[in-house]
Order: sequence, then structure tokens, then C-alpha cells
Amino acid sequence: MAFGSGAMTNSIGEIRNADCIFVIGSNTSENHPVIALEVKAAVRQRGAKVIVADPRRIDLVNFAHLWLRHHPGTDVALLNGMLNVIISHGWVNQSFVNERTEGFEALAESVKDYVPERVEKITGVPAKDIVEASRLYAQSANSSVLYAMGITQHATGTHNVLALANLAMVTGQIGKPFSGINPLRGQNNVQGACDMGGLPNVYTGYQRVDDEAVRQRFEKAWGIALSPRPGLTLMEMMKGIAEGRMKALFILGENPVLSDPNAEKVKDELKRLDLLVVQDIFLSETAELAHVVLPGVSFAEKDGTFTNTERRVQRIRKAIEPIGNARPDWKIICDLSSRLGYPMNYDSPQQIMEEIASVTPSYGGIRYERLEGLGLQWPCPSIDHPGTPFLHKDRFTRGRGKFHITPYAAPPELPDQEYPFLLTTGRVLYHYHTLISQKSKGLAEIYPEGLVEINPDDARRLGIKPDNGLVEVASRRGKVKARAKVSDNLPPGLVFMTFHFKEAAANLLTIDVLDPIAKIPEFKVCAVRVKKLG
Amino acid sequence: MKEVILKIDGREVRAEEGMTIFQAAKKVGIEIPHLCYREGLAPTAACRLCVVEVDGSRTLVASCAYPVANKMVVRTDTQRVQEARKLAIDFLLSDHPYDCMTCEKSGSCRLEKYAYEFGIRKSRFEGERHDYPIRGRNPFFERDYNKCILCGRCVTVCHEVQYCEAVDYSERGFATKIAAFFDRSMQETPCVFCGNCVSVCPVGALSEKAGRFKGREWELQKVPTICSYCGVGCTLVLNVKDGKVLKVTSDKELGINRGWTCVKGRFGFDYIHSPDRLTEPLIKRDGTFRQASWEEALDAVAEGLKNIKSKYGADAIGFLVSAKCTNEENYLLQKVARAAIGTNNVDHCARL
Ligand code: SF4
Ligand code: SF4
Ligand code: SF4
Repeated sequence: MAFGSGAMTNSIGEIRNADCIFVIGSNTSENHPVIALEVKAAVRQRGAKVIVADPRRIDLVNFAHLWLRHHPGTDVALLNGMLNVIISHGWVNQSFVNERTEGFEALAESVKDYVPERVEKITGVPAKDIVEASRLYAQSANSSVLYAMGITQHATGTHNVLALANLAMVTGQIGKPFSGINPLRGQNNVQGACDMGGLPNVYTGYQRVDDEAVRQRFEKAWGIALSPRPGLTLMEMMKGIAEGRMKALFILGENPVLSDPNAEKVKDELKRLDLLVVQDIFLSETAELAHVVLPGVSFAEKDGTFTNTERRVQRIRKAIEPIGNARPDWKIICDLSSRLGYPMNYDSPQQIMEEIASVTPSYGGIRYERLEGLGLQWPCPSIDHPGTPFLHKDRFTRGRGKFHITPYAAPPELPDQEYPFLLTTGRVLYHYHTLISQKSKGLAEIYPEGLVEINPDDARRLGIKPDNGLVEVASRRGKVKARAKVSDNLPPGLVFMTFHFKEAAANLLTIDVLDPIAKIPEFKVCAVRVKKLG
Repeated sequence: MKEVILKIDGREVRAEEGMTIFQAAKKVGIEIPHLCYREGLAPTAACRLCVVEVDGSRTLVASCAYPVANKMVVRTDTQRVQEARKLAIDFLLSDHPYDCMTCEKSGSCRLEKYAYEFGIRKSRFEGERHDYPIRGRNPFFERDYNKCILCGRCVTVCHEVQYCEAVDYSERGFATKIAAFFDRSMQETPCVFCGNCVSVCPVGALSEKAGRFKGREWELQKVPTICSYCGVGCTLVLNVKDGKVLKVTSDKELGINRGWTCVKGRFGFDYIHSPDRLTEPLIKRDGTFRQASWEEALDAVAEGLKNIKSKYGADAIGFLVSAKCTNEENYLLQKVARAAIGTNNVDHCARL
């Protein structure tokens, strides 16, 4: 939004060469383990300085030069504080700001009040650490930011991301090798799903559906009139169902019952549909509610491409025939489309990619024969283009980078007498919030169920046994039973839960207050009460 | 980088200062036998197999760790070198279980390879043999230190790639072995089960549990592909036999991960063959699913969507694409939504 693109600006291989790596809202070792190896190599082999901002003592803290243990949900205040320090100490990259950005004066004005002493009060991070982090980030030759769901899954997620962009632009730590803003995307092909137009307002390659010229091009390519009206987001669709406007939902390989906040509500809403179709490889909680279930195949049973978090388009290859009577998902979709009166006749995923390339400028040069080896990083506009390791070299996608004002607002729900703990959610190394990891025997054995992590002092006070004591976690919206894991990685007053398991769906607890801009629900913090059960 | 010129086996070789003899030889296509050295890892110079003769040096030198120098003269294939290598293999075999007939590494084991190439049927040395219990309480890999040749690769990987320090050398002399911290099971160590140590073990000491006794190395079809778990996009190699993925390995020549993976990618693949997989289309009638043919199921979906569209309009229908499916599939599904149905109600579940 600030520079016009929502992907990693740099390559995974560049992390190793950064001088300063600022990790915020990413438990990299657990969620992007092989990227964490790059961070560790940067520290141990090249002496890079890592700043970790996280309320939990995550693994990378052991490699960090500086650990900013801010209170959950106060990221914007922390980042505004860093901007304040950078501006007041004269660490602004003035030529970058002049030549490539707009709106700096207003930004400077807006962070005037975020002096370190005040930010310390909000975030709990000592003022001198805020100053040191700012200095390191601003003055290192190359600084790279890594962030993940810990930044986006907040009611203030969009502000968090924009504040990071402000930081990068004020210091000119973007648009060059080894330095930039790097969102680490969760699932294997979430980047690709977005690139392919899996969003209500854009076609492939983020071409807007409400742009007349774009739409005309797609109408020509697809041979049919298209709607100029942006569609509904998932959350709006759910609301539409509740209001009786949405009647049918087709879900490909996703399990919103488990991955959305307020699982029970989602379930109730899906049940109201006239037609729910789920295409998946397992009978997920969502598929159980469907009227029709279509068996697709795993990645081992089909050809295709995934696009990773650094925009690299890579080939997956069919290794075995589909299991049972299941069919490759692309074939199912073609058959369905033909039945809907819009015939699709493709021989192979390769042929589909040729069509994608023909309608998507950033994928214009992607061809299967070019993807052997390391694949290609978009933008790759033409057949002889080598791909793009880092973005925004001479200009931003949107032209000048725009500073956005990002005022801090306290999280929507804070602990009180009745619900004295702050709950934060996330993933662990061994699982993803999809079924596949739980259907893997070894992964299920090594991390069998959703655990509630709690600080030792809190556990002692509540009489919770150190190993696997059973507890009940309750919020204003619901409660779950889970086993406790006592861990001094957490500060007192904070509990952590995974959101992978239906038996302990932490999402029962989360608030569905939406970020007003990105429409991402608040997954990360809410107030809970913890009670010992056994 | 300063260039140095040396002679290897009579050939003039241009190398960079700081290179090892091994690397310089490799540059011109001379393969020096080796067990412990692995590209990308600090050499441990433990196996003595990569020894070469260097003019002016009384003893043979380990080429994996010995830096090149200008005007150096190296011989990699003399009688003396061959004898030394043979002795090294012979010595390793003297304390190695002759288990190749059931060992999972047979076919890719480097000790087996060199024993074969040097024609050593049985070790000349008879001596004390280790008798360690096989350890494998974790679900992913087994450790049989009777087969360990103390090359040190697993330790280097765990310490210098994974930065985990779950295994190390313990004791000294004949009693030297690789062990988990205080000889515990892996679950009691900081081990994160990346299996990167397994991937570099040159022998059968560390081996995957998956696929055990189901296929020999030379029967396995190797299919490189991309991991289905997270957005890093590591390259994995599926090992396939008779329509089944038996195990997942990695390859240092492939992918941005250069052969390293995490536990999910390497050991979390067995969901592919889970008995819970959906294998037939299902249609719900009166609250219960029954099996349906593809024709029936697809017709039901198409009819249902058409009816809803004509009754309530295209915008009463929504589509969720998938962060787990391919680009091609996601492209097609949003095309169905926009072109076949006529709505932009397209989204996905994972916002990051
Ligand atoms: S599996 Fe990974 S963490 Fe565990 S011992 Fe091997 S290299 Fe170390
Ligand atoms: S276990 Fe394997 S990798 Fe480790 S020292 Fe022994 S032989 Fe080498
Ligand atoms: S192997 Fe691990 S780090 Fe690599 S893509 Fe798979 S899940 Fe991600």
C-alpha cells in the first residue's frame, strides 16, 4: 500500500547479507524454519545485528543483539517511537525522502509525541532500547525487516504494516539488495493465491476489477462480459450469509471453520447456505458441513506451480497417480466450468500457465521450461527477463512512496479483573492450521494437541501442574479445555495458544473486530481467564 | 581474489587463493574420494580418504582442508595414496556391521561404495566391535551408532547450519561416539527434528524411519518438487515406488534451501497416503453423506449454482480459493467465479 505491492521486497538468499535484521511479529524459527537458518547464519557467520521485537522469548532472541519485549498489540506505538527517534536524532535519509517519497512533513508531525519515554510507558520497552534499535536500524548499511502474522493479525494490522513501511522509507532501507520489507507469508502458496486474483478487488497480478481498461482486456481474453463491481471479502461473505444475501459458497482446499476467529459463528453461518461445496483432500470441519464434497489431490499427485514468499514461481511435479477416485483439482474445476456453460479445455497445467502469462504482466515471462532449476521471481514481464530478486530499485510500484499516518490505538480488549490474562495465538513448528500436519503421524505424535503456554509464576499461583495440567481458558465469547505448558518464554500475564486444533481451537476465544482497512480479524490478543481443572 | 597456479596430476590448474586442493581438483573434473567432507560444511578432516601427495610434504595431506598454493604440485592417484585410502576404508570396516543386505542406505552409502571400489570384502583387522543399542524413540529417524564412521557431518550440520547443538561427540578414543546431549533420546534435547543431520550422514547410522524395508535405493524414483507446508518454498525430493511416496529426502544441488529443510517438509508428508483421504465424491442427503459418481456430484454442483444464480443473482455466490492449491488451480477457480458465474466474490482464508 505504501509502495504499491504486498510481497517480500527481497530474496530469502539476501537475508544472510543484511547488516541489521529487524524481526517483528514473526516467530521465524517455528513458522519459517529454513528462513530462520539464514538469519542465524547472518549473525554467526557475518556478525549481523538482529533486533527481535516480540513479547515472547522466541528462539531468535538467542541470536539477537537487542530484544524489545513490547506488550502485545503495541507494535504501532513502538514503531512510531522508532520513527520519532530517527527523526529527532537526524538519522533520516534525506535524499531518499526527497527523491522517492511524499508526505514526510505530515508523518514527522504525527510522530512528534511518540518520544521514547512515553512509548516506554505504552509498550514496556525501555526508552534506551528504543533509541538503540532505531540507531541500529537506521545507521546500518543494510537493514531488512522480517514480519509475519504477529504484525498483520491485529485489529491494527494495516497500521502495523504501514508503520514498517514508514520506517524503511525514512531511512532509505529499501529498494536495494539486502534491505527492505519482508512479509513472510504463511502457507505454501498464499502468495500465489493472491497473485492469481484470489481477492475480491483484483484479477491476476493485482489488476483492479474496477479499472475500465483492465476489465476490457480481461473481457476480451476470456470472451465474456465481466462485473465491474469489486466483490466481498471472506468476512463480508460471512456477514452476507447471516443477512441472507449470500446463498452459495464454493470452497477450495480451505477450512475456514478452523482458521477463522469465532469458529462457532462461522459454523452456524455456513449451515444456513443453500449450497456449500467443498473441494479438499480430507473431510475437514468445513467439509462436514457441505452439501457436496469433491475429492481433490495432494501436491504429490499433480503438476503445477507454487509461488513462495519471495515471489519465486516454482514447479511442483506429479509423483504418483491420484489416490482412489480423486481427481487433480484443475481438472475438477474445468469440468465444473464446462457444466456451467463456460467450457474450459486445457490439456495440462502448463497450458494454463501460458494463459496466465498472457493476461498477467508480472507473470508474462513465466513458462514451464524456464522454471527448471530455481524458478523465476516476479515481476518477470517477458520471455527473456531473468526475474526480479528485489523490488523498488529505482522507483516504487506506485511511483513515489507514500508516508501514511499511523496513530496508535490500544487493543480492543485488555485484561481486567474478570479476565486477567492477555491471550495471544500463533503456530508451532510442527503444525499448520490445516489438517495435513495432523494427518501426518509423526507430527501428530511429537506435538499432539493444542497447548496453552503460561508463565511459571502464573502457573504456580493458579496451582497448575508443570507437566500437562489440564486447564480451562475462557473469554467473553467461549471457553476451551487444553493442557498447559509452563514456559518462561512468556512474561507473567500473557498466555499463548496455537490455533491448529479443533479440540482446543483458540479461535473460539478471539474477537471478530476487523481491521477496518485490510479486514483481517483480531487473532492476536484478547482477554481471558485461566482456571485449573486437573 | 588472488589467482594461484598449481599442478594436479600433471595438469595445470588455475585456482583462487584460499581454495582447498579438493575444490581446485573438482574445478577441473578430478574427483577425489571422500567420506566426511561435504560441500558447504566446514571440513572435519576425519576420514583420511581424501589424502593426496603434495611435493615437499613428507606426509600425505587431507585435500579437503589443505589450501592451494602457487606452484604446488599435487598427485591424487599414486600407489601411496591408494594404499592409504584402502587402509582407511579397511580400518572403518573393521568396526562396521556387515549389514548392507538390510541397511536402508545400501545403494547410496559412501562406505559401501568405497569398499566396493577398493574391492575390500572383509577387513584385514579383527578387533573389538562396538555394540550400541539402536536408538529411535522419536517418530522420524533412527540412530544406529554401530554404523557411525565418526565423520562429524551431523555434528557440523546441527551446530553450524541448524545452530541447535542437539548432538555432539562424546568420550574419546575407541569410546568416541556421536551422542545426543548426555546420551538422551532426541525428544529430551533441543532437537527440532529437521532431519538435516540424516540428510548428510554418509552411511546408515542415521536413517529415516519412513519407507523402511519398503524399497531399495535403486528402486526409488526421485521426483523433485516444492514443499506443501509453508511459504519458504523448499525443494524436496519425493522417493516413490509402486505409486507410493515412501520418504522425502533433499538435495544440496536443488532449491533455494540447498538441501536443508524443517521437520514438516522432510517428515510430514505421510498425509498423502493417510487412510482418511477423501477418495470419492460425496453428496449429502438428509444430513448424511453418501458416495456419488463424479457425474452426479458435478451435475449437482452446477445445477445448484445455476439455480441460485438465476434466483438471487451472481453476487449471491462466493468462492474461496486456496493457499494450498497451485497457481493454475487458483487462476481457474477465480476465472470460474468471474467469467462463468459473473461475480467478484473471490477471497481466500489466509490473510498473510
Ligand atoms: S534433526 Fe536437526 S536439530 Fe535434531 S540433531 Fe539432527 S540436525 Fe540437529
Ligand atoms: S552419525 Fe553419520 S553423520 Fe554423524 S558422525 Fe556418524 S557417520 Fe557421520
Ligand atoms: S521444509 Fe519447512 S521451511 Fe521448507 S517450505 Fe517446508 S515447511 Fe517451510
